Amino acid sequence: MINPIEQLNKAFDNRIRLGIMSALMVNSEINFNELKELLQLTDGNLASHLKTLEDHQYIQVKKGFIGRKTNTRYSITKNGEKQFKQHLAALEKMIRSMQ
Amino acid sequence: MNQSESIETIRDIRRMMERSSRFISLSGLSGVSAGVCALVGAWIAHPYVYGYKEYIIHPEIAIVQAMAEDYSILFNTWLFWIAVGTFFSAFISAFVFTWIKSKKEGIPVWGNASKRVLASVGIPMIVGGIFLFRLLQFGTFGLVAPACLIFYGLGLVNAAKYTLNEIKYLGYTEIILGLISMWFIGYGLYFWAIGFGLMHIVYGIWMWLKYDYKNIRA
Repeated sequence: MINPIEQLNKAFDNRIRLGIMSALMVNSEINFNELKELLQLTDGNLASHLKTLEDHQYIQVKKGFIGRKTNTRYSITKNGEKQFKQHLAALEKMIRSMQ
Repeated sequence: MNQSESIETIRDIRRMMERSSRFISLSGLSGVSAGVCALVGAWIAHPYVYGYKEYIIHPEIAIVQAMAEDYSILFNTWLFWIAVGTFFSAFISAFVFTWIKSKKEGIPVWGNASKRVLASVGIPMIVGGIFLFRLLQFGTFGLVAPACLIFYGLGLVNAAKYTLNEIKYLGYTEIILGLISMWFIGYGLYFWAIGFGLMHIVYGIWMWLKYDYKNIRA
């Protein structure tokens, strides 16, 4: 039997990144400011976690403008969705195996 | 990672999915305040609706407008301005309580979820508004209150999936009241006051007790 802990995704081993992925699973797009309010983070902190997820190609970024303000929108990639679901399945297995 | 940690993680995921997709900062007090505005509005409108007071503002202009079938006759009635005043005072007071709650909870007031709520309430309401406008043009005043209740109820049922689910039952209540009132033409304002006034207050208190009160005590 494969140890379910090994199937957990390291990239999601963080409350903030997990939060970002959860929010993007149920919204086709969320912008930076809304994520910041939802997760109650500073700009820098949120940006670094977004960068990590972007580097893994779990999320994609679209930059745009609303008037003169930048509007950066994030959405989940196909791969990101797959990885997140696998992570959830692994969590589920872990809980079951421990019962 | 142990069991309680994994359960905590899953709880985090659920909470974030819910917070980002449902606008859960809708405050019960918003319902109460909107209901109070509706009752005051109905009370002010009552003498005009039942003929104790003249509802036309400038009768001499109204005759010309009526002969020319000019739709602007609508703006020459006290009832129109009472309706506008009631709508905006209800909307603004409801917005204030919800805004305060969302600030407290750190949920964006103007986020994906709240936009979806507004769009799903808004579409039936705008269609209803146009429908009411035509009803008034044809002089079908008796169907105004039922139409208000029905279209608003449909909007609430539609929006419930993006906010607190209980809104759905308020929606059903409004629709049922609207349908019943179609067979009680002449009592429209009373049904309207029950639907927009009393029901908002009742549901508002219920939601406040369910979601807000225990958070204040906790």
